[in-house]
Order: sequence, then structure tokens, then C-alpha cells
Amino acid sequence: MARFLIVLACLAGLIASAPVAAQEPQAKRAATKNAVTVVASFSILADLVRNVGGERVAVSALVGPNGDAHVYEPTPADSKRIAVATLVVVNGLGYEGWIDRLIAASGSKAPVVVASAGVTPRAGEGEHGHAAEDPHAWQSVADAKRYVANIRDALIRIDPPGRDLYAANAASYLATLDALDAEIRRTLATIPADRRRVITGHDAFGYFGDAYGIAFLSPQGVSTEAEPSARDLARLITQIRAEKISAVFLENVIDPRLVRQIARETGVRIGGTLVSDALTGPGGPAPTYVALMRHNARTLAAALTN
Amino acid sequence: MIYASLIAPFAEFEFMRRALVGTCALALGAGPVGVFLMLRRMSLMGDAMSHAILPGAAAGFLIAGLSLSAMTMGGLIAGFAVALLAGLVARTTELKEDASLAAFFLISLALGVTLVSLRGGNIDLMHFLFGSVLALDDATLLLIAAVASLTLAALAVIWRPLVLECVDPNFLRSVSQAGGPVHVAFLALVVMNLVGAFYALGTLLAVGLMMLPAAVARFWTRDITAMIVVAIATGLLSSLVGLLLSFHAGLPAGPAVILTAGLLYLGSVLFGRVGGLARRLARRRHLEA
Repeated sequence: MARFLIVLACLAGLIASAPVAAQEPQAKRAATKNAVTVVASFSILADLVRNVGGERVAVSALVGPNGDAHVYEPTPADSKRIAVATLVVVNGLGYEGWIDRLIAASGSKAPVVVASAGVTPRAGEGEHGHAAEDPHAWQSVADAKRYVANIRDALIRIDPPGRDLYAANAASYLATLDALDAEIRRTLATIPADRRRVITGHDAFGYFGDAYGIAFLSPQGVSTEAEPSARDLARLITQIRAEKISAVFLENVIDPRLVRQIARETGVRIGGTLVSDALTGPGGPAPTYVALMRHNARTLAAALTN
Repeated sequence: MIYASLIAPFAEFEFMRRALVGTCALALGAGPVGVFLMLRRMSLMGDAMSHAILPGAAAGFLIAGLSLSAMTMGGLIAGFAVALLAGLVARTTELKEDASLAAFFLISLALGVTLVSLRGGNIDLMHFLFGSVLALDDATLLLIAAVASLTLAALAVIWRPLVLECVDPNFLRSVSQAGGPVHVAFLALVVMNLVGAFYALGTLLAVGLMMLPAAVARFWTRDITAMIVVAIATGLLSSLVGLLLSFHAGLPAGPAVILTAGLLYLGSVLFGRVGGLARRLARRRHLEA
């Protein structure tokens, strides 16, 4: 009996120290201070919402910095956060395959905004003809502006008193994005035309490539989930040898080993790490969306110009 | 034609050569271990252990990042701990070894998932922990080769008592005290092979190349030495054919190797010389006539 009680006491201690318990009061505080509580599916969206919502909105991301939202495993804490949220923002285009079930299971009544609504979807490199949609639309600043407009409209709809603030914030942020777009174009303009072909870990930069004129090839498709076959890898290596590929890049959410193998085998240089599907932490090169795009453009330019 | 389809992929691409060397080394070490596991009716242990090593590998990752040595050490420690604790409980209490192993590997798995989630719950650690056979670097190849060499050497040393423990544990107990230590040494080999293979090749390939060749071998001979030879040959053949399948048909590499071994297994079930279905049917007809 005594032994059983000791075990019970240990268990109680474990449960009390669980991180879920620690997070809860914080979420409640946030809910009372701000008019609107928004849950975004991943870190980049959360940053966009923060820029539009400002002080009125408490934002949190389900998949945080350096996380891979393609294959994320939701936790009960996520479900709780969605249940108390007044607005849920998702990317759409099949990016977060797990989110619909999570929202349904949480019993949340919050409206769900698809941030990519209105973006012209780009066909991903589907394996057997049925091309999946490429979800990484935020990699083009023009499309990110559409995200911002969608988020603004959604916030105004659920919180009409904040209309002026949201409109003003969005307008100034959209201006920032315009400046960012021009800056990226300036940065990349220095890259010679024959050096604009590079390799990345997975197909995350299609929109970026379309917008700014750089061809991205990768061993993995638009999702990080599938395992590449030897044939795909061999094709890519043959292509790298035959064509003029200037550099390969690692990504912050991708296992670097496959790209390293490609670099080793073809003798192509590793140009650095691009930030693809998630922001980095505050100490990293891309704590915000603007910093992310700037970092990627500069990394590409630095690797491809010299 | 034959050159183009069989040799050229390996001649032309370094990653194919590395994949072949890696899977062959794995087949050499894991094949014999799998045969002993099967003979001791512990065929599912490989699968259980693959879950058991997760917390150790995750802890290694959390401490040192994506470092082969830290994750391997962590995995080894967690695997040994689970194997030893399960063995200890089985030998000192009423619980049988399979049940205590099940209990400990589940605890270990839950601990691993918890550790992974504590790291912000974000990084898909499994992707980082379990590599791809197409991306083997020097350090990983050396690790697999070292594990295979050590396994073969260790098996040579503990061969006699190990075989005895498989066929007649009571006899071994009556003539020698070696049963316990040999059992522990053998468990250590199992853990080592799995850990070495996981990080390099992924769970499926690691457990698959351990158990399927052993199951194939069982259908062709009753002699343990011959069984091990057949198991190793099956592993080598599956690696070669599987990689070529992945290369020509565009199948994911790890599953292609295991599916090849699976086909060999199904063929053996049907046509195996020892206890295969066709044999049995033929013999029954013979007896009736």
C-alpha cells in the first residue's frame, strides 16, 4: 500500500510540472487583455497577423519557429488554444493536412480564415500526373500581400470596433511589403542570367522562383513527407551535371543530409541555408516574415554572384 | 543491356554505391542476429526495441543537435536500459519476458514522444532521427560497418552458449553459468544493430533487414549455420534488387528493399524446402497414396 502511494505521489508531481499547466494561465491572461485571440497554423502566418492586429490581437502559432507544418503532430494544448480562439488563420492549399480534424475535434466555433484565398495556386511537381497544389505561396511577396488583405478583412469582420486600427496597420504593412518586394528585386538583379538555377531540399520556392526569376529544383516534392526514390535522386544528379546549376541550399526545416549528399556527389557548392516553411527563433536570421524574405534574397545573391 | 540496368546505376552514382555498401553491411550484421531472435521466439523484439530507443536518441538530439555520436549513444543507452530492465523483471518476477518488454518499450516510447514534444512540439524529430538510405555520409557508413564487424566478432565468441541457449536452455543451465551473460550480450547486439541502422536507414529498413531474411532462412534449412548463411544471402540480395527497383521503378528506396525481402519470404512460404506449403501438400498426398 505504502509503495503504491509513493508511486501515486511521484505521478502527481510529474503531472503538476507538465508544461501544459504552465501555459494555461498565460493564454487566459492574453484572452482577457486583447479584444481578439487568433491562432495561426504556423509561425509565418502568425507574424502577418501580428502586423495587422497590433495591440488589439493576441496571436499564437501552432507550429512554432523552425517547425515543419507539413508533418506536424498536434497536441491537446493546441486543441485547447483553438477552442478558446476567436479566429483561426490557416494557409490552405493543402499545406496543413492535420488542421481540419484538429479544429473539428476542438469543438471551436471560431471562424476559419484561409489566408491564401484568392492566390493563383501553382501546380506542385506531382509525381504521377495528378499535380498537387503548391502551398508555399508566402514565398512571393505579392501573394503575401493577398494574405495580409485576407487577414485584415477577417479581423474587421469579427471585431468591427477595431476597423480603423486594422485598416491603418494593414496599409502601413502593405507599404512595407511593397518596399520589401522592390528590395528583393534589387538584390537579385545582380545575379547573372546563366546562374539562376539552384537546388533546395524540398519544393518550397516555386512562388519565389516564379516571382523573381530563379529556377529551384529539389529531390523532395512540395511536401516534406514523402521519401525520395533512387530514380528521382539520380535524375536530379544527372540534371545537375548536365545543366549549369550554381549552388545547392539547405533549409531550416529540412534534414540536411540529402542535400549534402547531392553536393558531395556533384561538386556543387552549398550556398547557405534558406528559410522556407517557418520563421527562425529570435536569435536566428529570420525572426519575422520581412527578415525571412530579405535573408533568402541575400543568401541567394551572395551565393550566386561570386 | 545487363550492364545498363544492373551495373551502371552503381558505377554512375555515388549515392547508389553508398546505399549498397550500407545495406550490405547491415545485412551482414543484422541477418545472424535476426536468426537467433527468431529461434528464441523473440521475432517481434526488434520492432519493440525500435520504439524503445526513441527517448535516448531524442535526448541526444536535444543535448547535442543533429549529431551522430550523441544520438547513437543516447539510443544505445535507452535500448540497453529497456532490454536489461525487461530481462531483470522477467527473471525476478512472475511476469514473462515479452510482457515486461512490452511494458518497458511502451514507457520508453511515451517518454520519447514527450521529450520530442517538449522541444516546442515542432520539429519533426522522426525525420531527423531516422535517416534515408540515399543519404549516407562517411560517418554513418563507418558506424554501420563497425556495428556489423563487432556483431560478427561477438557472435563468434558467444556462439556455443548462444546456440545451446536457443535449442536447450535447461541443458545449458545444468552445465554452465554462461546463460545470463550470454543473454545480455546478445541483447546488446540486438540494440547495437538497431541503433546503428536506425539513424542511417530508418526504422523499417533496420527491423526489416533483421527479421525477414531470418524468416526466409527458416524455410530452407534446419541447421543454424546454414540458416545464417541463407539469411545473410537473402539480405544482400534484397538490398541489391531493392535498390535497383528504387532506381528503375521510382519506388522509395527503404521500402523497396524490404518489399523485395518480403517477396522472397512469400516465395519461401510457398516453395521452401523445410516446411514450405508446396512441400507439405506434396507429402500429405504421398502419405495418403
